[in-house]
Amino acid sequence: MSEMTVSHSSTGSKRVPVVELRSLDTLWFQVAGTVCNLACTHCFVSSSPTNHTHENLTLAEIAPFLEEGARLGVKEYYFTGGEPFLNPEMEAILEATLGYGPATVLTNGLLLDPVRCERLAGLAAESDYSLDFRVSMDGYDAESNDPIRGEGTFERILAGIRNLCAAGINPVITVTEVHCENASREGRERFFRLVGELGIDKPRLKILPVFRMGAEAERSGAYESWQKLRAGEAPAEGWLHLQCSACRMVTDQGVWVCPILVNEPEGKMGTTLADTLGGFPLEHPACWTCHAHGVSCRT
Amino acid sequence: MTDRNPKDDRSRKRDTSPLTAHRGMATWGEKLVPLAEFRKATAAVGRELSPEEREAEVAEFLGPPVDPTPVEGPFSKVAVFGGVYNNHYGLTALLDDAEARGVEAIYCLGDLGGFGPNPNKIWPLLERGGVRTIQGNYEESLASGLEDCNCGYTDPRDNHFAEISYRYTASHSSPEFKRWMGGLPKRRRIRVGERELLLVHGSPRRINEFLFHSTSPAPFLEVLLTQERADGFLCTHTGLPWHRRLPSGATVVNVGVIGRPANDGRTEVRYCLLEDRDGRLGVESVELGYDHRALAAEMRREKLPEKFVETVLTGWWTTCLEILPAKERHASRF
Repeated sequence: MSEMTVSHSSTGSKRVPVVELRSLDTLWFQVAGTVCNLACTHCFVSSSPTNHTHENLTLAEIAPFLEEGARLGVKEYYFTGGEPFLNPEMEAILEATLGYGPATVLTNGLLLDPVRCERLAGLAAESDYSLDFRVSMDGYDAESNDPIRGEGTFERILAGIRNLCAAGINPVITVTEVHCENASREGRERFFRLVGELGIDKPRLKILPVFRMGAEAERSGAYESWQKLRAGEAPAEGWLHLQCSACRMVTDQGVWVCPILVNEPEGKMGTTLADTLGGFPLEHPACWTCHAHGVSCRT
Repeated sequence: MTDRNPKDDRSRKRDTSPLTAHRGMATWGEKLVPLAEFRKATAAVGRELSPEEREAEVAEFLGPPVDPTPVEGPFSKVAVFGGVYNNHYGLTALLDDAEARGVEAIYCLGDLGGFGPNPNKIWPLLERGGVRTIQGNYEESLASGLEDCNCGYTDPRDNHFAEISYRYTASHSSPEFKRWMGGLPKRRRIRVGERELLLVHGSPRRINEFLFHSTSPAPFLEVLLTQERADGFLCTHTGLPWHRRLPSGATVVNVGVIGRPANDGRTEVRYCLLEDRDGRLGVESVELGYDHRALAAEMRREKLPEKFVETVLTGWWTTCLEILPAKERHASRF
C-alpha cells in the first residue's frame, strides 16, 4: 500500500502517500515528556518547565516496551524529552535498557554534573552495548546560542560537556540550522574548534534542520501550504528513506509514529508496538521536511 | 492529518512566557489547548488490537522472506574474509595462510576495492585461490557505474575520504573486472558441520548496513536469523571483527577486513576460520601479518592520501571514524 484515502470532516476525502514500517530498528522514548528546564525558541514540541502535554515515563512503563521491542528486533533505543535527566528514574532506565541494546540520550547538558557523569561513564563501561549522549547547542558562542536556548545557557552547556569529557564520555554535539551558517563548512569548523578547546580531541557533530512547528512556528513562521508530500510523488524506491519506515516513539499516552509528531494526536498509532506495525499516512507538513532534508533524528 | 490553516494559527496570539504559557494547557501543533482536550483526542486515535490480533500482526511483520540461495558444502573447515580494499599483499598472505591451515573452501564477503592501490591486481589472486566471492557495496556500485561507493556514511568527514577511495578504484579498475563484479551473487549459504550459515556483506537485509559489536544487540540478531531460517550469519563492511554467540545457540560473526588493520594499534589484519568441532562450530579470528611496508610504499607511489598510509603503518584508523558507535570510538586513538 503506497497510498490511502483519508477523510476529513472539513475538507472531504483525498489520496495521501503512506509509508510502511519495513523494520523496527529505532525505538524512541519521550522519557521526560514535554517538560524541560529550558524553553528554546525553536523547540518543535514547545517543551518548557510547564508543558505537561506529555509526562515522564516511569521505568515500570518502559519495561514492557523493552520486552516487546526485543521480540520485534529493535536495534537501538533513544531517549528524549523535554530534558531526559529531569526524569528521576533516568539512570535506572538506562541501566535497564542497556540489557537489551545500545542507548542514546538527547540532552541539553544542563544537568550533567561531575558526579552524574561519573555514574553514566560507569554504566557505559559495564555494558556490552554503546551508551551515547547528544548535547544540544545552537551557536558557537553565547551571542548566537543564548537567544535560542536561554540567557546564560551557553556557559552551562559547555560546563556539562566538560564534565562528560572529564568522565571519559565523548558526546555528539547536536546543532540545528537556526542560523544558516551552522551547517556550512565554516560553521562546522567553528564547532570543531570550540569542542577542541574543551579538550575533546575526537569532535563529533550532528546537524539537524528545524521543523516549522511548535515554538519554531512562532519564531520563524509555520509551514506553507505547498510544503507537504503528495500521492503519486513517491520516489522510485518508495518512502523507505524516511525514518518512520524504521522507528516508533513511545510516550506516556501511547505509541507515536516518530519523534517529531508527538504533539499531533493523529501521530499516535496505538497502545502497544504490535498495534503500530502498519503503514502511516504522510500528511503532516513536517513529513515534507524529513523527505526534503533527508532527516534522521538518530545519530 | 491536520486541516488547520497555518495562517489562522499565526494570527492567534498566545502568551509566550515560558514559565506560564503551558499551565494547564497542552501544545497541539502550534495551538494551545486545555490538557484534557489533548488527552481526549489522543485517547480516541490509534489502534488497540486484541491479544490475538497483536500476535497475528507480529507474526506477519516478522514473516521470513523467500530465499532461494542454494546451500554449499557441507564443509568441516573454511576461511571467510572481507574488505580487501585493494590490499593484494594482504590477499596473497591470506591465500597462503588458509592453504597452510588446510581449509576446504575460501569465501570473500565483498568490498574488493577502496583505500589501497592498483585494484586490477586483486582479480587474478581471487581466481588463483578459487575464492567464492559475494558482492559488497563497492562491487555493486562499480558494476552499475554509480558515482558513489554507497558505503552508507553520513558525516561529511567520512564521505570526503570515501570519495577519494572510490574515485581512485573506479578509475583504476578494468571494465572486464567491473563486469565480473556485476555477476557476483549478493549472498551465499554454506553448511559447516551441522550448521547452515548465511554469508552477506553488510547484513542479511542491506548490503551497506553497519553491524558493529556494540550496536548489534542479541535480540535484534535473533530476529534476523529467525527470519532467514539460518543457524548463524557472517558479515563484514564495518572493518572491525567480532563474534557473538546468541542465547538460542546461533552464531553471528563479523569477519573484519584484510584491507586495513582493525583500529587496535596493530598492523595485522583479520579473517575468520570456521571449523566443525564434533558438532560444535569453532570460530577463530585469525591475525594475519603481511608486508604492510610494501603496501604503504605502493600507496605512496600511487599518491593515495598520507592518512591512509599512516593507518597501514600504525594500525590506527585516521579516516572514516565518525561512523563508529560510542564504544568503538572510545577505543579508537583518533
